[in-house]
Amino acid sequence: MLNLTILWPAILNGVTTGALYALIALGLTLIYGVLHIINFAHGALLMVGLYAVYFLFRFLGLDPYVSLLVVPPAMFVLGYALQRGIISRAAHGRDENILLVTLGLSIVIENLALMLFSSDTQTVDTAYGFATVDVLGAFIPVPKAVAFAGAVVSALALWLFMARTDLGRAIRAVAKERKGARLVGIDVEHVYAMSFGIGVGVLGIAACLLLPSYYVTPQVGHGFILIAFTIVVLGGMGSFVGALIGGIIIGVVEAIGGLMLGESLGQIGIFAIFILILLFRPQGLLGQRG
Amino acid sequence: MTRLSLLLVVFAALALVPLVVTSEFWLNVCVLTLFSALIGQAWNILGGYAGQFSFGHALFFGVGAYTVAALQVRLGVNPWIGLVLGGALGAAVAVAVGWLTFRYGLRGSYFALVTLAFAEVFRILANSIPWLGAGEGMMIKLAAGPGMLQFKNLANYYWLLLAMTLACFLAVWWLDRSRLGARMLAVRDNEDAAAAIGVDAFAVKLQAMALSGLFMGLAGVFYAQRYLYLDPGLAFGPTESVEALLVAIVGGIGSLFGPLLGAIVLHALSEAAQAALGGLPGANMVIYGTVLVLMVLFLPRGLASLFRQRPQPVEPPDA
Amino acid sequence: MTRALKGGLDRRTFLAGTAAITGALAAPGLLRAAPAPVKIGLIHPVTGALSYSGAQCRAGGQMAIDDINAAGGITSLGGAQIEAILGDSLSKPDVGASETAKAVEAGAAGIVAGYASAITLATAQEAAKTNTPHIVDVGVTDGIIALGLKNVFRFSPGYGKIAQDAVTALDEINKAAGAPAKTVVIVHEDSAFGTGTAKLLATELPKHGFEILKVIAHPTPTRDFTNIALQVKAANPDIIIPANYYNEYVLFARTIQQQQIKPKAIYSVLGGAASSYKFVKEFPEAAEGVMDTNHWFNPLSPLAQARKAATEAKGLFYTYEVYLTYNAVALLADAIERAGSTDKDKVIAALNSSTWDKHGMPYGPTQFVNGQNTGAQAVNTQVLGGKIEVIRPAEFASAKVKFPLA
Repeated sequence: MLNLTILWPAILNGVTTGALYALIALGLTLIYGVLHIINFAHGALLMVGLYAVYFLFRFLGLDPYVSLLVVPPAMFVLGYALQRGIISRAAHGRDENILLVTLGLSIVIENLALMLFSSDTQTVDTAYGFATVDVLGAFIPVPKAVAFAGAVVSALALWLFMARTDLGRAIRAVAKERKGARLVGIDVEHVYAMSFGIGVGVLGIAACLLLPSYYVTPQVGHGFILIAFTIVVLGGMGSFVGALIGGIIIGVVEAIGGLMLGESLGQIGIFAIFILILLFRPQGLLGQRG
Repeated sequence: MTRLSLLLVVFAALALVPLVVTSEFWLNVCVLTLFSALIGQAWNILGGYAGQFSFGHALFFGVGAYTVAALQVRLGVNPWIGLVLGGALGAAVAVAVGWLTFRYGLRGSYFALVTLAFAEVFRILANSIPWLGAGEGMMIKLAAGPGMLQFKNLANYYWLLLAMTLACFLAVWWLDRSRLGARMLAVRDNEDAAAAIGVDAFAVKLQAMALSGLFMGLAGVFYAQRYLYLDPGLAFGPTESVEALLVAIVGGIGSLFGPLLGAIVLHALSEAAQAALGGLPGANMVIYGTVLVLMVLFLPRGLASLFRQRPQPVEPPDA
Repeated sequence: MTRALKGGLDRRTFLAGTAAITGALAAPGLLRAAPAPVKIGLIHPVTGALSYSGAQCRAGGQMAIDDINAAGGITSLGGAQIEAILGDSLSKPDVGASETAKAVEAGAAGIVAGYASAITLATAQEAAKTNTPHIVDVGVTDGIIALGLKNVFRFSPGYGKIAQDAVTALDEINKAAGAPAKTVVIVHEDSAFGTGTAKLLATELPKHGFEILKVIAHPTPTRDFTNIALQVKAANPDIIIPANYYNEYVLFARTIQQQQIKPKAIYSVLGGAASSYKFVKEFPEAAEGVMDTNHWFNPLSPLAQARKAATEAKGLFYTYEVYLTYNAVALLADAIERAGSTDKDKVIAALNSSTWDKHGMPYGPTQFVNGQNTGAQAVNTQVLGGKIEVIRPAEFASAKVKFPLA
């Protein structure tokens, strides 16, 4: 039964939650769109970002939002090194190898975290952790409102970056036509690593904005990876604005599906949309056919 | 030695394992290894031969497992009938998924992701349908005896599994020399070119789905009868999907013996890491993952490439 | 494959000969050979999705072994020390079974396993093949006992008993306060434990006059609880009953506060966090007043308090995984002690006749019927003034219940 009095807050909540999902999917869509690889280590890298934010909070007292200055750049370096040092070397031009190497990396990263940090659930307790803002009768938690703004800004910034900068143009060129890009003198390996690095860096932003309303464990990424892929496909791979819209749609579908079918069965709405989009519009909402 | 005689010799030797291995633990490791070889080979039919990578093979595994369990628990149907129906339904669901996705021309990572989504849909449904035990899962009654497809003796489980695995490997051996197999390879290497020379790519891919789904379904039946408990996560969760593709890719996709090699090496690795570092949680899996990465770095064509007479060059990244 | 040694002695006879000589020397008491250690298999999910709980279980089991060894080992076996055979089930039933077989072959006199119900079903059946005594540490599914395996014993209560206790207790607490609460919403995780518990609650509570307004199932993990909180808010129940794991409980509790929901009570059943020291420490405001029906130690028992202090000295929280596994190991050791042997039939017989009471739990001496310790029960706790207090049953209570809250 759909209760109309809670429909408005549920939709609004779906929008903010969806924006958070979009934030996680932004990096994935860049990596997927440029390198054409399915990065199984995305969830594990999100976890690394969350732990970074957590430890900065715990040992240096750094607020998660202040960590925005530190964690994303560090994650960028990690991503660049991973792509340049391991993933590109392992590919040998074969899709299955990329799959295997990102799978292997995620196993290593997750279990290193288990070894070093144990699987204790960690949370940060901030002054605003429980605070809410009243939006026309709906209570929106402050961390989620901030995350929503962060997602919008990040998506637009990425879009501008791709459209206006030389590196952005190079990335687009490589994504479209690798051989041609190489012929005109673009360092393809560097562009790949930059793309992967930026993708992982954006994940760092997601980590900073997610932790105040969530928690971190070594397995935390599992809960987000499938939904992130769904959003990437829905928005069209490589499209940032598409990811933002896709994320919000998924968030709202999840909210309404949950109200109508219950939280367990309601999840089916996400996958139904995913399958339908793949079947009828595989290029996604804003992607280009190709 | 022909490939068939080699295959038969290997399986004859494997059939003797329970007579030699008296340790229940090591026999169990052999069971787990054979199981991996079976699901790896099932994945290999679709992924290695027909070139369609699936991330959701647990779907067919879960269908087989739930079929035998639900028929037994709810309707009192003998599990031997469940065995046949489990395999058949695994194949049927695979064909249905294939029909839907291939009809709309899904390829590559899109196909991979859609299989993953279908597995999730089935997991959520199994979790919500009371007749299938919903979240509580399904327990099959303990009733040891060949008539109920349950055995007191692990060796009998081993031989049952060996028979399934042999059937799967024979199917792949047959594929290797049949027109269907040749068409699959043509579709894998270049679908448009294959279509141009008159191969019905859609039909070929559906047949690959059916074969692959059949053996995944049988593997599911085996799992249900061996452990007598199922829940939606065990049946449709990502564990079996990942294991199937891992074994096949590590072994070397598109090769007859690759999945067996992959299964043996991965289980040996897992046991060795556990024995060396089992006391330190996580360390065993770190070793496991590291070796995986190293294998991709230094053995990009899988273990089977070590045994190939004619070394195949590794394509440059731009190929 | 015996390798012949010089002089025609094969390895085995040579070793046997050596043993005989050593035995002869030891017999008159000239020198005392250390008795062979008693091995116990501890099979837990220390990696994978359940690794936190698995690690806590392992820690509890190892503490029990250390304590027993420090106190002189198994005295009826000449002070034999206990040795742990550690197994990692990787959070998977098939691996759990395999690790159990490994431990049995390495000479385990008994198995303590497997935390999750699905894994425990597999380890129990594997141990049954060799008739190896198997103590269930946590697994709450009653299906484990329903298997009817002669070698399987569960020290702690199953969820059938826990849900029953929860209903009775809630009814009494409510009536004692003049029955202000009439309506209930149940929020549970959707796997075996949550679903099974919710089902029992939903059939039992109406018999005591409670009206179930809504039963909300959610997956593990659930990323966001706002939707669920909104539905709870719309239903406006007197009592909210959550049955879920730690991470989800934390998110749920936080969201309830954010959405300004103030029920007369939050009364969880096997709540992942409601009676967790970690939760109370990190979210004192959200935890305040929350009641739980759960595994708990007897707060009035000096033994339990000493073990709690010892656990905390190791930097660990004294969670149910720790004390239930500790007790499972100690129970098995007691049976071996009384059997005076590691013979499997004798140990099983000793377990069946067990009246062990050094557990520091609110149980009374153990008494097994078909493998279930019939004295086992859950108790009610409530977070009061930042502390977790036992409020029921009266003989174990450390504080008085505060109800209704609002």
